[in-house]
Amino acid sequence: MNTAAFVVIAIFTLLGALAAATLPRLIHAALSLVVGFVGLAAFYILLGAEFVGLVQIFVYVGAVAVLIVFTILLTRREATERDPFNWLGAIVALAVFGGLLWTISHSDFVWQAHVPNQDLTVRRIGDALMTAYIWPLLCVGVLLTAAMIGALILVYEEK
Amino acid sequence: MSLGLILIASSGLFSIGLLAALSRRHAIFMLIGIELMLAAANLNFVAFWRFGPPSPNPHGALFAIFSIAIAAAEAAVGLALVIAVYRHYRTTSVDRMTQLKG
Repeated sequence: MNTAAFVVIAIFTLLGALAAATLPRLIHAALSLVVGFVGLAAFYILLGAEFVGLVQIFVYVGAVAVLIVFTILLTRREATERDPFNWLGAIVALAVFGGLLWTISHSDFVWQAHVPNQDLTVRRIGDALMTAYIWPLLCVGVLLTAAMIGALILVYEEK
Repeated sequence: MSLGLILIASSGLFSIGLLAALSRRHAIFMLIGIELMLAAANLNFVAFWRFGPPSPNPHGALFAIFSIAIAAAEAAVGLALVIAVYRHYRTTSVDRMTQLKG
């Protein structure tokens, strides 16, 4: 874990997210979002949580970003999908960012030296999921089933 | 490389997501912003797990995994809503969806 890799990945991710938020054409924004998510997965791998990084790529890049592209395909209005930009939202976002920066710079414990943590192996994740996290695992299963059925009902067309 | 730098990066990502959710009129753009905010919160969880005290259970990383799963479910339902509303209104601009206004 060194600072150079962190800076490169941070610039990559934040530029991708900024492009996703400000580009006028929707399909360009959706593809920049993919870049941002891949950068975020690189963040997770840099922090030592490799499994979370891979889950991020599988789920966010492989499912959520593809879903967004499909929905853009299904809701096309005109050939050029340009969207006007509202500057009041930019002012609010900058104010929130300034407040968070002030909070981080005024807290002491986040700037201390790095404390090495244990490795996150798949065996530890499996053990934790089957012992301490068994209830959340079953609930997430039920939630995903309900979300799938709900999404199908929402777009079902009565003929 | 300390916790503070990662928190600055994740708060920057959160602000960019807030920017996308507030300053756009297209429904899918607002969903993109919400997904970015969720991803920034996940980064916070993993960062605090990494720099916290060693514990037998990896709580922060597992919370992030469950949060990713729930974000996928929420994105699916949200996009289904966008498609269903588009069928009725023939537009995705949230300024024109005003039938529930008091």
